[in-house]
Amino acid sequence: MSDVKDMIKGGSFLVEDVEAEDIITPEDFTEEHKMIAKTTEDFITGDVLPKVDKIENHEFEHSLELMKKAGELGLLGADVPEEYGGVQLDKISSSLITEKFARAGGFSLTHGAHVGIGSLPIVFFGNSDQKKKYLPKLATGELLAAYALTEPGSGSDARGAKTTAKLNEAGTHYVLNGEKQWITNSAFADVFIVYAKIDGEKFTAFIVEREHPGVSTGPEEKKMGIKGSSTRTLILEDAEVPVENVLGEIGRGHIIAFNILNVGRYKLAIGSVGSAKRAIELSVNYAQERKQFDTPIMSFPLIKEKVASVAANTYANESAVYRTVGLFEQSMGRLSEEELNDGKAVANVIAEYAIECSLTKVFGSELLDFAVDEAVQIHGGYGFMQEYEVERMYRDSRINRIFEGTNEINRMIVPGNLVKKAMKGELPIFEKAKKLQEEIMTMMPEEPGDAPLEQEFYLLKNAKKIALLASGLAAQKYGEKLDQEQEVLVNLADITGEIFNMESAILRTKKAVDKDGAEKHSQKLLYTEVYVQEAFNRIEAHAKETLIAAEEGDDLRMMLGALRKLTRHNPVNVIKKKREISVGLEKAGKYFV
Amino acid sequence: MNIYVLLKRTFDTEEKISISNGKIEDEGAEYIINPYDEYAVEEAINLKDAHGGEVTVVTVGDEEAEKQLRTALAMGADKSVLINTEDDLEEGDQYTTVRILEAYFKENEPDIILAGNVAIDEASGQVGPRLAERLDIPFVTTITDISIDGETVNIERDVEGDVEKVETTLPLLVTCQQGLNEPRYPSLPGIMKAKKKPLEEIEIDDLDLEEDDVEAKTKTLEIFLPPEKQAGKIIEGEPDEQVKELVSLLKNESKVL
Repeated sequence: MSDVKDMIKGGSFLVEDVEAEDIITPEDFTEEHKMIAKTTEDFITGDVLPKVDKIENHEFEHSLELMKKAGELGLLGADVPEEYGGVQLDKISSSLITEKFARAGGFSLTHGAHVGIGSLPIVFFGNSDQKKKYLPKLATGELLAAYALTEPGSGSDARGAKTTAKLNEAGTHYVLNGEKQWITNSAFADVFIVYAKIDGEKFTAFIVEREHPGVSTGPEEKKMGIKGSSTRTLILEDAEVPVENVLGEIGRGHIIAFNILNVGRYKLAIGSVGSAKRAIELSVNYAQERKQFDTPIMSFPLIKEKVASVAANTYANESAVYRTVGLFEQSMGRLSEEELNDGKAVANVIAEYAIECSLTKVFGSELLDFAVDEAVQIHGGYGFMQEYEVERMYRDSRINRIFEGTNEINRMIVPGNLVKKAMKGELPIFEKAKKLQEEIMTMMPEEPGDAPLEQEFYLLKNAKKIALLASGLAAQKYGEKLDQEQEVLVNLADITGEIFNMESAILRTKKAVDKDGAEKHSQKLLYTEVYVQEAFNRIEAHAKETLIAAEEGDDLRMMLGALRKLTRHNPVNVIKKKREISVGLEKAGKYFV
Repeated sequence: MNIYVLLKRTFDTEEKISISNGKIEDEGAEYIINPYDEYAVEEAINLKDAHGGEVTVVTVGDEEAEKQLRTALAMGADKSVLINTEDDLEEGDQYTTVRILEAYFKENEPDIILAGNVAIDEASGQVGPRLAERLDIPFVTTITDISIDGETVNIERDVEGDVEKVETTLPLLVTCQQGLNEPRYPSLPGIMKAKKKPLEEIEIDDLDLEEDDVEAKTKTLEIFLPPEKQAGKIIEGEPDEQVKELVSLLKNESKVL
């Protein structure tokens, strides 16, 4: 990767300004992208939804049949190279497929686990024999894949795995022993990506087939939600795995594990955005039909407030997620054919955006929990009844904050990686924080003008300064022991995430307005104004709490004074703006931009 | 076999229709291939698979219709033709469309032309049959099954729920009814291939037509929405009384008896 310097650096949004033209937004989708989305949507509504109840009931033969059909349509091959039987599309295409699959509830997990964490380890890290053997069949759905990392005793601490691998005497097979827990697709998967420690220490990935001797699965788990996906324990009892099925380098399984998780994280965020849109559609339609006091409840301001809040939040997350997809697309697109076949180059690109992956995962999953919670609330007692889709969505949503790394772990990753990048000199965080300390005493508050987005750009600029103020102080105060201050780290992660979402929404709106004028994008402007104002309020609260925790006495008073300077502004009337947002949603009957 | 499909771009079936200034509001509306024309595209591809040849999809409209043509190409059609009338015509009716298509087909030699039974927007159902008349070829409407053996064509058609079996010959025009087939979704490889398939754009000029030749024969005087549905009435009481009350309402209030 010789031109890595030209690549947008992961986490750089915190210290650098980005031009609107440099980010990918949903407005950039091509006709082909839209057709791919439409085919996926038609497949889900036409073929999958009629079977959803049966699939939720664990009649997995329907899942298998639908996966075959998805394979025929090319919906399993978007990330698989053409030479191995895939369709080899860009990251936006595979993301749109993920977004549209979200409506299928638990079945979307079957698809997501197969094409994502199940197949991608071979796509990215397999050797050509492994690719030749598995990818063509994974792309058609003839073989289905699963990913087996978690164990009863090791979840977030993946390297604490107990599963072992030992080379047999003949040197032909590794013998695996252990249990992998909560494995999606385990009832029917043919291929499992399994992590085990060779000789109890070298953490290594293996391609394990269901047909290998010693491989079996436990009973189906009884889950709170995503019941339409199969979840079992994978049992390895003297399982014999041929040596050629070692995936990647021996002892470097963590490279695969962590990078595949990164991809899984932004894909989870895409699915969350897709489901949040569905929750808005169901909420708006129900609220327009449901009458109380002879009035459709949609005309009550409190209902408007709910759908408008969810929609503004969805807009910000959608913008952040597709911006992240764009980062991957741009940087993977730079790789040569040779580099694409070399796991290390791919791993470097994925690792570069670990911060963005964690942020979109955390914020996406929390957006979805918010969206389904309000959707149930708008449905009232009916929302508690199983005949209503929102009941299932409410249960299905909860796991998203837990798997692919809990939101707590993902929040820790963000400041941790920022500090690492700052230490390595990749991001000038410390320099900028120092400069800020010097200028803050003489800084005068500004008055942004009335033109669209001027206020939002101003708040964004100040939010970035607040981030530097808080993280600079925390780094200075706690030094090496910062990693023990988890509450402060969470605040810093949240400030960082709010900034990423704010900026993504602002730049997306700007890009659209620059292209065809403000009038055509009034809804986008409203979403952006509301989100930025509310996010800025949250940033102020997180920063304040952080300063108070880290400083005291006169120094604290000085820091709080600086924060007051940075937060001085004329706030937007969000109540009025949300009422305006809801007008558009009512008319469209769904989320629209 | 030279297989042709007539395709129209129509409103999405889920669009809410509203009228402003005497016209249907199309701002921000989503468009699709007319669903009956989708049956025609699907059947055309099936006929090609069975008998060989080439499928050409033809539409009369403006540039926006390219999307629907691309979709048909992604489903598996080989070529598409957009007869772009945007610069030449303000208004048109079925006569206009038929005259344009007639001129187009005079220059081509179709073995079979497939069209939708009716377009879901204006629902005249006229273009197919009138075109066949002008081309002087047989036509069969609302078909639900078709098999071709040499020049002989056996067709089943839907007649208000009954089935009529028809034997006819090529060249032929048929209009397709629900039940004929299950249109496929454009596959992802199909979508990518469609980018490279030919989409020819012509204007009525290229067909040696003048505006006057295709001037509409009808004039739309007014467009209005159906009256809004009133709330229903629940009749209470014993069944005997309910029936009496119902009959009385039907006689006196709605005056249908």
